[in-house]
Amino acid sequence: MLLIPCPWCGERVEAEFRYGGEAHLKRPDNHLLCSDETWAEYLFMRRNPKGWHRERWMHLAGCKRWFYVVRHTQTHRIAAAYKVGEAWPALPA
Amino acid sequence: MTQAFRLASGGRIDREAPLRFLFDGHAYDGFAGDTLASALLANGIHLVARSFKYHRPRGIFALGVEEPNALVETGIGAGVEPNARATMVEVTDGLIANSQNRWPSLRFDLGAAADLASPLLSAGFYYKTFMGPAGAWKLYEWLIRRAAGVGRAPDLPDPDRYEHSYAHADVLVIGAGPAGLAAALAAGRAGARVLVVDEQVEPGGQLLNTAYAVNGRPALGWVAEASGELDRLSDVRRLARTMAIGAYDHGYVACVERAVPVPDGRVRWRERIWHVRAKEIVVATGAIERPLIFDGNDRPGTMLASAARAYATRYGVAAGRRAVVFANNDDAYRTALSLAEAGVEVAAVLDLRHDPTGALPALARERGLRVMSGHGVVGSRGRMRLKAVEAAPIDDPSNRQIIECDLLAVSGGWNPALHLYAHAGGKAAYNTSLAAFVPGIPADRMTVAGAAAGEFTLAQCLAGGARAGVEAARRAGFAATHPALVLDAPEPDADLRAGPLASPSRGGKRFVDLHNDVTEADLHLALSEGYRSVEHVKRYTTLGMGPDQGKTGNILGLSVLAQALGQEVPMVGTTTFRPPYHPVSFGALAGREVGDLVVPLRKTPMDSWHEEAGALFEPVGQWRRAKAYPKPGESMHAAAEREVRAAREGVGLFDASTLGKIDIRGPGATTLIERVYCNNFSTLGAGHGRYGLMLGEDGMVKDDGVTVRLGPDHYHMTTTTGGAAGVYVWIEDWLQTEWLDLEVFLTSVTEQWAVATLSGPKARAVLAPLTDVDLSVQAFPFMAFREGRVAGLPARIFRVSFSGDLSYEINVPARHGLALWQALMESGRPHAIAPYGTEALHILRAEKGYIVVGHETDGTITPMDLGYEAMVSKKKDFLGRRALSRSGMSGPERKHLVGLLTKDPARMLPIGAQIVERPSEARPVPMIGHVTSSYHSPTVKRGIAMALIKNGRARLGDTVYLPLLDGPTLAAEVVKPVFYDPENARRDG
Ligand SMILES: [Zn+2]
Repeated sequence: MLLIPCPWCGERVEAEFRYGGEAHLKRPDNHLLCSDETWAEYLFMRRNPKGWHRERWMHLAGCKRWFYVVRHTQTHRIAAAYKVGEAWPALPA
Repeated sequence: MTQAFRLASGGRIDREAPLRFLFDGHAYDGFAGDTLASALLANGIHLVARSFKYHRPRGIFALGVEEPNALVETGIGAGVEPNARATMVEVTDGLIANSQNRWPSLRFDLGAAADLASPLLSAGFYYKTFMGPAGAWKLYEWLIRRAAGVGRAPDLPDPDRYEHSYAHADVLVIGAGPAGLAAALAAGRAGARVLVVDEQVEPGGQLLNTAYAVNGRPALGWVAEASGELDRLSDVRRLARTMAIGAYDHGYVACVERAVPVPDGRVRWRERIWHVRAKEIVVATGAIERPLIFDGNDRPGTMLASAARAYATRYGVAAGRRAVVFANNDDAYRTALSLAEAGVEVAAVLDLRHDPTGALPALARERGLRVMSGHGVVGSRGRMRLKAVEAAPIDDPSNRQIIECDLLAVSGGWNPALHLYAHAGGKAAYNTSLAAFVPGIPADRMTVAGAAAGEFTLAQCLAGGARAGVEAARRAGFAATHPALVLDAPEPDADLRAGPLASPSRGGKRFVDLHNDVTEADLHLALSEGYRSVEHVKRYTTLGMGPDQGKTGNILGLSVLAQALGQEVPMVGTTTFRPPYHPVSFGALAGREVGDLVVPLRKTPMDSWHEEAGALFEPVGQWRRAKAYPKPGESMHAAAEREVRAAREGVGLFDASTLGKIDIRGPGATTLIERVYCNNFSTLGAGHGRYGLMLGEDGMVKDDGVTVRLGPDHYHMTTTTGGAAGVYVWIEDWLQTEWLDLEVFLTSVTEQWAVATLSGPKARAVLAPLTDVDLSVQAFPFMAFREGRVAGLPARIFRVSFSGDLSYEINVPARHGLALWQALMESGRPHAIAPYGTEALHILRAEKGYIVVGHETDGTITPMDLGYEAMVSKKKDFLGRRALSRSGMSGPERKHLVGLLTKDPARMLPIGAQIVERPSEARPVPMIGHVTSSYHSPTVKRGIAMALIKNGRARLGDTVYLPLLDGPTLAAEVVKPVFYDPENARRDG
């Protein structure tokens, strides 16, 4: 069970959170006019790295805030957690 | 029976506290402090089990958790615990234990015929029976399930209680042997919050089993001082009888604590799971001795050398009268010396190494023991108990001599117990001279110390433990200094470099994995049949797959494979350790979450009324909802149909409190609503509600419900019962991450409002006497909302309908829910009001063709598929809009929601039944859809069904077919999915 550092509440156990998948997906500008390919790319295609990953979590059993976590998908190490609108911390080497 | 094998003195048993216990119906004596294994050995009992597959007689083999043979059943009746290790069972007065896997008795076991048939039960037996003649597996399985095995689970409810506790630590120390105690002292003195867990009854680890000295005094004196100091440190806690069973992410370790056993068995709790979250973890779990491979290496009387030593030292028991020690390393000489000191005749020490030169072999020779280097055991004799071994030079195995003995103490070296280290992601490295895996690339937050780190001498354990404790405390933020543990450990120390792991073969049975009866020949067979990967060989032969997870056998198996393949062990690989380290009872895992506490039960404010009315409940998510209110002798279906008739012809009352409710307010509320629903809400005035459909970004229907505009910037949104949390999280997601410009606040108010729905032509007559709100159709039209009082309670009334008939959905603050319900029932009495449950609700809505998200939709259904195209706004943007114009979202391949009427009106279609066009087509017959809802409608007096069928709206009037798996093929006509009042003539009453 992961220990997730909520930027608002501090470290809490994974069971308090909801996972939201890959972070910082860019909804296509002019999405109603974009091509099917562009839309499908946004809708379905996700990175699946073996390594550092920016992802979204929501602290449902706490502050109910969505935020971002930098997690290593193999080791589960968490390098950073940051709020919406904050600068993205660099990925560890 | 006297304890004929109890030594006259010594051991940590309490000779002032005798006790009596039963094993297989015979009474035996023992002492407090005995394990079942030590007490049985004190009475000369070695034979305690029959093996898993061949039913061979097996004896006590080990000392603790690594025991592969001595699995017994303890307790009686509901309190039976199968598969208890006799080596871990603390004996109490009156304990009842029985052997397993034998019939009719341990000494005369008919299953032993399997041993004669062993050529038929070789490696891959299970797989081969799968491949055999079709149908044979059913017979084999019946035979295997009866023949193979371990204990039986009791079939009565567990009378005991189990607990879960949570603990946080700066430093968790696993193991209270010399390394663990030193680590705990180092971290504890630095002020860290330290938790020490140890599976044993008392601290000391191997120091309990071997007569070591520290600082020139008995090591146990140091153990008492160290644990005493730990107990005085206010931030240090020790847990005995507590085994760490799994190490997980971010310092999370699960441990199982056993209660102190009491003679009557009535403990407050039996086992307790500790959920420990630690900043740092010191793994001081010691090492596990492994046996050797030789012909006939499983006879009762054969045991690990360290176990034979510990039974003498710790329990004051001679495991035999005349012993042979057989080893490939120096540590086993300690056993020879201890046994000799205890008065056991040591007939010989057979050492597979040609030239053992260490201090311990020298000491053994000095004491006059007969050391035979370059020798091994090449055979054994005795059926129920070892009588003699055959010894031979390993270079000349036919040159045998018979050595009579009743105890064979075996040591193939030691494996560091790296299970927890591996659970946490640590990578092991192979150490060739130890012939064992040792810590390699470390796991996060984890330090390994002592024998677990491959540092076997006592001096190394003490120094390494202290160092690990300091490092862990420092990383946890404490200014730790190396403790003044000036420890002078004993010399001589053992050379644990391991010699060969096997004696030359003479064609007998050579067990690698005692627990699963896997032999060296089985491994060779697997290789000859083409298996190479250790993971495949393991599964094919079941090596290491028993409840002991190969604690003693895994390295032996790897070495056999490595030798046969001509590779080094690390090239062959290792098998993966997975939690738990040791089997955990379901009772412990469940803890208090049994019976009514399995999941939190959500009840509506009116729940007690439903219960008193004899309602049948059904679970809906965590809620329980009244399904129907059967009268005495009435079936659920009959009750639901009666309730439907009441709600159609008179008036019914439904508890709708479980609906998801979200209060939405703020200047951006209308914009938000417009974006999350695909239909138009901008024209909705305050005081009115509208049915809304939510789509995901993929264009598929996500949820639905009525949203009411309470004021200019204030909405009350309802969601499906099951979708409430998901919708809330989803809208918050958009608000918090994409629509930062919208000033809107969402509050989940599902539990704040109780909702009672009056439905039926007489609903107005029931409500009117209770309220000041004008209920006339003109004053309070369909889909309007009014605020007022009902039965004196502040209420919000929504004129929505899920039945098609006149309905009032009355919301009151939750605390008034029961009062509201009672008032409505009372007011409805002259009109024969009937409460109705979810079954009637579903029939009512199906008669009208109203969808239920999750029945008529499954995440692949668009509004157009449902025939709701007119709802989808062309004028605004909303979530899911872009996806609706993707290719594949329209056209004849889409499934449409339609109704089905069976040709035979009495027939009911099963929900989920598959639909085909032409049932006589060659198989596989293409399937064009499936039934989503199906009920017997008391209103139209026939079976009605809803279905999703490919291009269904183009098939209206067609006949489709439903071939049932175990019944006839039914024919049904495709119709519009509205079976009653298609012109909505009834909704105003
Ligand atoms: Zn939080």
